[in-house]
Amino acid sequence: MTGELTQGRIVIVGASLAGLRAAETLRAEGFGGELTLVGDEPHPPYDRPPLSKQVLLGRVAAADAGLPARRPVDAHWKLGVRASGVDPVTKEVLLADGGRLPYDRLLIATGTRARPWPNPEEARLDGVLTVRTMEDAAGLAERLDAGPRRVLVIGAGFTGSEIASACRERGLAVTVAERGPAPLVGALGGTLGAFAARLQRAHGVHLRCGVTVTSLLGSGGRLTGAEFSDGTRIEADVAVVALGAVRNTEWLADSGLAAGPRGLACDAGCRAFTMYGIVTDDVFVAGDVARFPHPLFEYQMLSLEHWGNAVEQAEVAAHNMVSPGPRRRPHLAVPAFWSSQFGLNIKSVGVPTFSDQVTIAQGSVEEGRLVVVYGYRGRVTAAVSVNRAKWLEHYRRLIETAAPFPPAPGAADRPEAPRVVPSDVPDPKVLSHGPTVALTGHLPDRRLAVVRPAG
Amino acid sequence: MQIVVDLNRCQGYAQCVFLAPRVFELHGEEALRYAPAPPDDQAERVRRAAAACPVQAILVGDRAGAESGKGAAADDR
Ligand SMILES: Cc1cc2nc3c(=O)[nH]c(=O)nc-3n(C[C@H](O)[C@H](O)[C@H](O)COP(=O)(O)OP(=O)(O)OC[C@H]3O[C@@H](n4cnc5c(N)ncnc54)[C@H](O)[C@@H]3O)c2cc1C
Ligand code: SF4
Repeated sequence: MTGELTQGRIVIVGASLAGLRAAETLRAEGFGGELTLVGDEPHPPYDRPPLSKQVLLGRVAAADAGLPARRPVDAHWKLGVRASGVDPVTKEVLLADGGRLPYDRLLIATGTRARPWPNPEEARLDGVLTVRTMEDAAGLAERLDAGPRRVLVIGAGFTGSEIASACRERGLAVTVAERGPAPLVGALGGTLGAFAARLQRAHGVHLRCGVTVTSLLGSGGRLTGAEFSDGTRIEADVAVVALGAVRNTEWLADSGLAAGPRGLACDAGCRAFTMYGIVTDDVFVAGDVARFPHPLFEYQMLSLEHWGNAVEQAEVAAHNMVSPGPRRRPHLAVPAFWSSQFGLNIKSVGVPTFSDQVTIAQGSVEEGRLVVVYGYRGRVTAAVSVNRAKWLEHYRRLIETAAPFPPAPGAADRPEAPRVVPSDVPDPKVLSHGPTVALTGHLPDRRLAVVRPAG
Repeated sequence: MQIVVDLNRCQGYAQCVFLAPRVFELHGEEALRYAPAPPDDQAERVRRAAAACPVQAILVGDRAGAESGKGAAADDR
């Protein structure tokens, strides 16, 4: 059995972080068959986190943000080629160039793309950009080099906030527009949202919350400014649309797989479900495109847009692709991500949106150094640190062991009982940007079911 | 040479900053910034930094996918 699994043909669609790490793991675990990676971008895999950080500061060229190989993968690379479908009966991937790639096992790692500005005509104005790819970031860095009079960032999720931070570090005037009550509130809730709002304003960001951009204004095909829902206008030469991500699942529409706007659903072993909820044994999923159940979060289906998840899920998927049933592993890693903005290091473990209460367990908002711990129905479900990264490991253990919330006094750095407040994670529909963790399942007593708004 | 730092794992210990200051730097107290494609003359320092990182967060290697025949625009270091 194992012998068979380490031979044959494996196709990976999506040649980015998850696709690459899966390919390497397949080889490391003894896969000796034919391996093909299909990616619609014309580049080998590269690293996206620097694109909204070092690259926008002009310190690193976008083209330098490659990924180091862990080991040779001895694969056929089909780059610049889009997969247009899967035929599950003949077991072939259909390519947009008319080709067909037969597979014995398939890994889907097509990730997400930037949600575009909803008005296509306005989106075409010169100066309106999104940031997801190497080209996007190179283009924005060039615009910022040219010294625009004002940059408008639409959406204050992580990407939007990091872009605003880069603009301020360059000394550029920047306006951030967010439909929700504060930056980062969709991912981190009310306490850190309020902190992020103060942080942005202290760094000179013109932050406008509770408004939407109703139209982008142009003249002669170039962006000149924007109008807000309260009727006010600003002038801007560059507008960055940071409204979250759209999962790349359209190409799977006729595949019979459980693919939709919330991602491609799979089991804890990364095996894709069909549209009937039946698990496949030859189609696997990893990375931003996946939607998977997590036991620490009541088996809700999670969709994570995190670098660490792409790596870990790819490793598990690849392991399971070459392992017989009893040797297969579940993808149980505690979700984690980082962001750096305005000189602060923000790190998260667990799922902050899976919460009803929070408490500041270390430091304080005033110090600008703190750990916020999140609880759901009396147990710890997440922790977020701002410039206190060394503490997170402790809280990761509390999450893994479903420790009681609020955490015991020993876990906090103060003698008095912690002050517990509601976590204030808003309904995603009120946000400009999509949340970077979407709880796509259903809890009877809370509105956690996520339908990603179309615009 | 290509590097990536697993910033989930990185604890901001700054050993790498000390050993290869032209490649790694701290922004603020603990946000690590680095050059993903360090120049060749930094290779030895980068290797030493990777070895010294207490949480082994730094991955050093050749650029992945170089054998695909597609360099990333203007770069095939
Ligand atoms: C600007 C930016 C900053 C980020 N910063 C952070 C951060 O600080 N911390 C963090 O934890 N995470 C961060 N992330 C998220 C992280 O980069 C992603 O989680 C990660 O890239 C996911 O990898 P993936 O391989 O699953 O998907 P992707 O990287 O999205 O790759 C999917 C690939 O598949 C290709 N593809 C799609 N459809 C097809 C098709 N039909 N045929 C062929 N190819 C196809 C796509 O073009 C793409 O190349 C950031 C992301 C961005 C964009
Ligand atoms: S030595 Fe390791 S832990 Fe310390 S800053 Fe560098 S990468 Fe991070």
